[in-house]
Amino acid sequence: MKKSGQCFHKNNPASICRLNIPDKILIVNINKTNKLKDINEIQEEIIQEFEIFDGWMDKYDYLIELSRDLPLIDPRYKNNDYLISGCQSKVWLNAEYNDGVINFSADSNAIITKGIIALLIRVLSGRTPDEIINADLYFIDRIGLRQNLSPTRSNGLLAFIKQMRNYAVAYNIKYKNE
Amino acid sequence: MIVNFDVYKIRKDFPILTRKIYNKPLVYFDNGATTQKPACVIDCINNFHISRNSSIHRGLHYLSEQATESYEIARNTVQEFINAKSSREIIFTSGTTGSINGLAFSFGEKYINEGDEIVITAMEHHSNIVPWQMLCERKKAILRVVPFTDEGELLMEEYEKLLNERTKIVAVIHVSNSLGTVNPVEDIIGKAHMRNIPVLVDGAQSVQHLEVDVQKMDCDFFVFSGHKIYGPTGIGVLYGKERWLEEMLPFQGGGEMVENVTFEKTTYNELPFKFEAGTTNYIGAIALGEALRYVNDIGRQNIAVYESELLKYATGRIKESGNIKIYGTAKNKISILSFLIDNVHPYDAGMIFDKMGVAVRTGTHCAQPVMQRYNIDGTIRASFAMYNTREEVDILCKAIEKVRTMFS
Repeated sequence: MKKSGQCFHKNNPASICRLNIPDKILIVNINKTNKLKDINEIQEEIIQEFEIFDGWMDKYDYLIELSRDLPLIDPRYKNNDYLISGCQSKVWLNAEYNDGVINFSADSNAIITKGIIALLIRVLSGRTPDEIINADLYFIDRIGLRQNLSPTRSNGLLAFIKQMRNYAVAYNIKYKNE
Repeated sequence: MIVNFDVYKIRKDFPILTRKIYNKPLVYFDNGATTQKPACVIDCINNFHISRNSSIHRGLHYLSEQATESYEIARNTVQEFINAKSSREIIFTSGTTGSINGLAFSFGEKYINEGDEIVITAMEHHSNIVPWQMLCERKKAILRVVPFTDEGELLMEEYEKLLNERTKIVAVIHVSNSLGTVNPVEDIIGKAHMRNIPVLVDGAQSVQHLEVDVQKMDCDFFVFSGHKIYGPTGIGVLYGKERWLEEMLPFQGGGEMVENVTFEKTTYNELPFKFEAGTTNYIGAIALGEALRYVNDIGRQNIAVYESELLKYATGRIKESGNIKIYGTAKNKISILSFLIDNVHPYDAGMIFDKMGVAVRTGTHCAQPVMQRYNIDGTIRASFAMYNTREEVDILCKAIEKVRTMFS
């Protein structure tokens, strides 16, 4: 499992991450690099991980941990061209097309948003444009984070998903006939 | 001085306050956005629908006359509440936003020409910025903005410098919804009036906390929303001095606001009806009247003193809890506590607060220029009402501690 070893949310690379999540989760988490799984298998995996938590605070603690795993966007892309601005938190997204699949990197200035983004990237990064376009992201609902996607939350996550799909559509048009 | 004010007794009047959120008692600190409703207001709406509903100012029948009478009594209640000279100066609208938009249109059509200037402040709510910007675009007029200090106090010398012969109106927020600052409106009005410039005071965040006397204040226009003063949503007030309202043309056309209609020409009804086109939200108005009576019964002096002590307590408590940055530290401030915890993003804090049953507002509070002024994304805003308690403030402090342990 790739760990950044840094706590970006404090803007303090020197601070030490608290890894207070159960070992069990870390083990499940390692599987995420397994590219053989399809989108729905990964979604089921995430749903299982979240089933362990009794309460909201544990879920948020886990999202905070996940936020540290996010493939961070290259600082040079962290500008307004890559910004998906929501009302409350800022989100930056970049997509790169390689060998038929799209790899996403992102960042947010809110940690919980970042945790959810990490999940979305885990599900959709490394997929073909068609897979991304056709994905039914049911896991968000099942892990109880749907309220984070309501338009009124204005945290940019809905726009984030839309932007991931836009990239997929764009790369599809660009490379489909090659 | 507080007389006969028992917050625990008051809380019993608000049914929603006994609700549990995620199995925790609701701590409602989002009163700046909307206040909860006492049972008398809820009953008023309910009973009116059950036994008295009928369109006002139309029918000759019994129910219509009763409804009309209730509606006009509500207008008188509003008039007395803000001490307007006449009930002809009280226009019911959909809310503060509706009032300002209507005013900006009617005033703009009548008095604003190319090159004219409109003065607002840098701490306005969007609803007191955008309608004026729209007017400026329509008329090629210019918007001038009074800056404020780090503490959140208007720079009055800058304000005076902005006033000139091209200034046609000053629009100012009475109490800042993002910082809590009580602006020196009497001074602002006095200086504008020396140049015969009328002043609109946006009372959306003031009328529920302070005693407002529009004659004493001498503002030309005063607007507020029903739902922020324990009344229902969708009803608000536009007060205007009669001389302005007489001169201005209506911002909406339709039924009720007319005297004679032919295809060649329409003459308008008298005040205040000329500004109330169509079927108004009469039940909202009547329930607002009920809410104002309720506030009067509690006593506005009582509310002001109680809330000011609560704000003082809350400010002290959250300062004790360590690294908190408070936005809005004006000498004269009320009911609003805007802050950030360490480097935690307000959105993250809000998510945790929510799960602890604490309802606050996070973000820009529809005042993005204020956030730009401080170069921040937003704040956490706890806004207090007369039914909030010190115990609730203590829960807020626990929530702050929780946020801290989770994000640092």
